[in-house]
Amino acid sequence: MASREPAPEHLALLEKLVGALTARGILTEADLASKKAATERASPAAGAAMVARAWVDPAFRTRLIADGTAACEEFGISLAGNPPLGVLEDTPTLHHLVVCTLCSCYPRVVLGFPPHWYKSSAYRARAVRDPRGVLAEWGTHIPAGMQIRVVDSTADYRWMVLPMRPEGTVGWGEAQLATLLGAEELVGVALPGVLAKT
Amino acid sequence: MTPRFATGTRVRVKAARPETLMRLHLRTPHYVRGRQGTVLRALGSFPNPEDLAFNRPAPVKVLYHVLFDQQPVWNEGQAGDTLLVELFEHWLDPEEG
Amino acid sequence: MEPAPTHHDLGGNPKYRCTAVEPTNPPLNDFDKRVDALRVVLRERGLITTDEQRLKIESLPESEYFGLSYYEKWLKAMAAVLVSRGVLTWEEVA
Repeated sequence: MASREPAPEHLALLEKLVGALTARGILTEADLASKKAATERASPAAGAAMVARAWVDPAFRTRLIADGTAACEEFGISLAGNPPLGVLEDTPTLHHLVVCTLCSCYPRVVLGFPPHWYKSSAYRARAVRDPRGVLAEWGTHIPAGMQIRVVDSTADYRWMVLPMRPEGTVGWGEAQLATLLGAEELVGVALPGVLAKT
Repeated sequence: MTPRFATGTRVRVKAARPETLMRLHLRTPHYVRGRQGTVLRALGSFPNPEDLAFNRPAPVKVLYHVLFDQQPVWNEGQAGDTLLVELFEHWLDPEEG
Repeated sequence: MEPAPTHHDLGGNPKYRCTAVEPTNPPLNDFDKRVDALRVVLRERGLITTDEQRLKIESLPESEYFGLSYYEKWLKAMAAVLVSRGVLTWEEVA
């Protein structure tokens, strides 16, 4: 099911805006088409590929954590005109969960369009107050001995989680490892690996 | 810009609620106002969003990652769980003692 | 007693305490994608900043903030920014 259709007055408003901006020479239909295509190309696959590389290449892992923006450049992903990327390193005792309580800040360049649930009022309200409850709804159970650090993306960075590499993946290559990673794993609502879910 | 607060500095977020006076654009969530936290690190300098939102000249401000214990904020939750929030320097005061 | 936070300042809002997060992610429709593309173009032209757009979204009445779709809010906010800046007149959008 696609997302909810807009009200007729908003469809009309969009065409009024595009029409007025076109008449003033500010944009063309071709501009809109090219931006639409570019955004549709962005997906969690980029973030997944970077995390998979970090799991097999310790030097890249260090660079990714130190400067996510520069690490993107290594993957041919330019963040020019976009906020810098920060990377949050999970450890055996620390799990990160990303939310934006004030709006819906999301690392679009590496994860694509923000998912519907990420933008929902329930997620924005509850992630900072009841993270373990929210995670349990995803079937993600964080042991009591592991701390949860909820990262409220309030300002000028965009944040992606670098989860722990799951057990049972010895000898896997980057491409196979990347299949374990989607938006949920890279925001921190799910842990990579089929065994993590109950 | 040189950050005023080093990593590990205890700070307190201003308890101000200026949005009750007038329409403003603030990136400091209500739940950390007046709270004690610890500077994890300075994240760099950025034009102040409080000015950018009104399309006026926006002097740069230092942005920090500040870590808070989650439990005292809500009086619930699990000890040890934390909240990490991006906050601008002008919202932070040094915590004495 | 403390004044209630502004309605967009949602962190910890007890109204959602018992609201499950629906883990769904329906694909965007054509309107959503066109609004998104328009925002990217306007940003590249220097005609809008993220913070201007955020302010206009926050300034929507509470009923619209929670009632409109995500990209309907974006659209109304972009129209408001363009009129605020004098790029367009209200007659062109109203």
